[in-house]
Amino acid sequence: MSTLEPTATPEDVTREMEETTEKKPRGGKRSRTGHAASSLSSPWASLTAVVIAVLWTLPTIGLLVTSFRGQRDIQRSGWWTFWQNPGGLTLDNYRQALAPGSSAGLSQYFVNTVVITLPAVVLPIFLASLAAYAFAWMPFPGRDALFVAVFALQIVPIQIALVPLLDIYVNKLGFGASYWSVWLSHTIFALPLATFLIHNFMRELPGELMEAARVDGAGHVTIFFRILLPLLTPALAAFGIFQFLWVWNDLLVSLVFLGGTPDVAPITVRVAELSGSRGSAWYLLSAGAFISMVVPVAVFLALQRFFVRGLLAGGLKG
Amino acid sequence: MALNHTRRVAALSGALAVALTAAACSSGDGGGAAGGDTEASQIDCAPYEAFGDLQGKTVTVYTSITAPEDGPHIASYRPFEDCTGVTITYEGSKEFEAQLPVRVQGGNAPDIAYLPQPGLLQTMVATGKVVPAPPETEANVDANMPDFKEYGTVDGTFYAAPLGANVKSFVWYSPSAFADAGYEVPTTWAELTALSDKIVADNPDGAVKPWCAGIESGDATGWPATDWVEDVMLRTAGAETYDAWVNHEIPFNDPAVAEALAEVGRILKNPEYVNGGYGDVKTIATTSFQDAGQPILDGSCLMHRQASFYAANWPEGTDVSENGEVWAFYLPAMTADERPVLGGGEFTAAFADRPEVKAFQTYLSSVEWADERAKTCGGGGCVTANTNADPNLLTNPIDKLSAEQLTDENATFRFDGSDLMPGAVGAGTFWKGMTDWIIGQDDKATLDFIESSWPS
Repeated sequence: MSTLEPTATPEDVTREMEETTEKKPRGGKRSRTGHAASSLSSPWASLTAVVIAVLWTLPTIGLLVTSFRGQRDIQRSGWWTFWQNPGGLTLDNYRQALAPGSSAGLSQYFVNTVVITLPAVVLPIFLASLAAYAFAWMPFPGRDALFVAVFALQIVPIQIALVPLLDIYVNKLGFGASYWSVWLSHTIFALPLATFLIHNFMRELPGELMEAARVDGAGHVTIFFRILLPLLTPALAAFGIFQFLWVWNDLLVSLVFLGGTPDVAPITVRVAELSGSRGSAWYLLSAGAFISMVVPVAVFLALQRFFVRGLLAGGLKG
Repeated sequence: MALNHTRRVAALSGALAVALTAAACSSGDGGGAAGGDTEASQIDCAPYEAFGDLQGKTVTVYTSITAPEDGPHIASYRPFEDCTGVTITYEGSKEFEAQLPVRVQGGNAPDIAYLPQPGLLQTMVATGKVVPAPPETEANVDANMPDFKEYGTVDGTFYAAPLGANVKSFVWYSPSAFADAGYEVPTTWAELTALSDKIVADNPDGAVKPWCAGIESGDATGWPATDWVEDVMLRTAGAETYDAWVNHEIPFNDPAVAEALAEVGRILKNPEYVNGGYGDVKTIATTSFQDAGQPILDGSCLMHRQASFYAANWPEGTDVSENGEVWAFYLPAMTADERPVLGGGEFTAAFADRPEVKAFQTYLSSVEWADERAKTCGGGGCVTANTNADPNLLTNPIDKLSAEQLTDENATFRFDGSDLMPGAVGAGTFWKGMTDWIIGQDDKATLDFIESSWPS
């Protein structure tokens, strides 16, 4: 599943770069950037980019081809030999993966994933943009120290927080294994990065905007909702995709806080279990991976422009 | 812009509301039994009435057994559910061994967990959260599975009743290929070696080899090789020395272990014997255990030593029967009279002492459950540790064969040694040492390495 991001990113970056280079004025004195731009758009560079893209995508294609091959073929020969026997391609793996014996069908797990993902994306974005606003435009004592502290939280790996968090949920808050535990956990783990990213984006907005609004009588709430939020859309969308992919592909957090019963478990848990107790049905994994990939790929392709723009948003400060 | 923005906020909050509602709805309907359509058998409910009125109670079960093998398990609980009105919520996960300690430490332990290794039981007991088995369960175990009881006991307290069992002393082969070539199933170790040599002599071009093996298994790579050593150790050194070895009363590099390892090496490290269908000796380390026996089907390998649960790895439609495409014979002992059997199994540890949990533990250790398990068995693997269960209820041929091995009067049953050793060895250096041994490390260095890693 994680092949998804790397496969798409290099191509997108290249494309984005090519787009920007085309917009540059040509001719006249060739600046250093101009030189770089023309060398980037040379046929050799394009060829290299294409070769890298193909190499990068090859495993995914292999996985796709494998998902259509029969069990015996998968176990006995490599996917690149499929053209010797094109009649051997079958939808059986998908059929089995979608209706696995006695347990609930994959559709139930899809619904669970959606139920987990939506709040786990909306909550951190909302909280982080509020926090980012305070950090960016509300002076208060200790603001910078607090911001550094929030940012530093990113360094804490989530694995060390699992057991204490579970203890708090179960014994202090009484959530047990409920959706609240996963929503809150995903929110907690996402907040530092989200706050940092959105804060940096907000800082870049001109302060005159806020001042003008204040002169017109707007308070913090009005400024936030009427002025900043619309301007923040690219950053919010970018982080939204980021968080969406992370939550959609997450196995660890949901396994720990939610467990694997069919009524609550997300699709990643089901895919991980697809191969059976002793891995004897591993030939189903390629089909399962593609089924669970469909939605993130669609979301990614639909919103990739925001994604690339947003990645650059936090990093480049003018 | 403003309108646009309002609409977006509305859309987001709408989505959130939908998600919250869906969650509220779906968390209500519980895991429940998702068993087959077969009518649950009527059983005698009297043993469970002693636990009081359990109507409407829930017991959560956490196991490493996942779909499709979980369906028959869930179905086998139905007579108990019908009797008592208890709902069993089943959860299987392949990450069981990593997740169970997290959940126990986090205070979110399941009511009952099926532990696949006695070593894990010891670790869990050390957390102080495991509840000793109730006397009713212990009585059942004493009556039905005395051989296994010691493996569910830690420091003199009986915690975990045995549940399923599997037999590891099997060699998979193809009866049709054996018949075509005129080979006989060997009954002694000498015959096994003679047969291997004969296969080599019959196939001078090396296209067909007597053995195939594979020990790759993700982060557990090496375990099939440890089973080899344990199985051979039981044969060359005997059960008592085997026990001493497992309990570290003799060192890991004792001459008796060295002899067993050398005997394994005469097969697994003999380039004439292995690795049928895959290549040279080193391919054993890179071939996954699921794939390892598959060359038997196309005839490039004739024998593959693996446990009864390997039956699930044959492709759908393979004829697994005594005269079919694949079948298994008992890994012969030194003489035809001895019958050491290496096996494994699960144990039911409870993390709660509510009456419904105790009642369910008692049900799982009863003959009624073992019989129901056999009746609702789907694809095989339904052998239980229960010696009083009716063997005729088993439908799967490999299950029948396994049950025969376990209940054979001459059989000396021993539990998989690496599951009994401390985790650092049994699930660590023993695996790693055997993997290094396959790719070229010599016997002495391997045994010395494992011995030096034994926790003092």
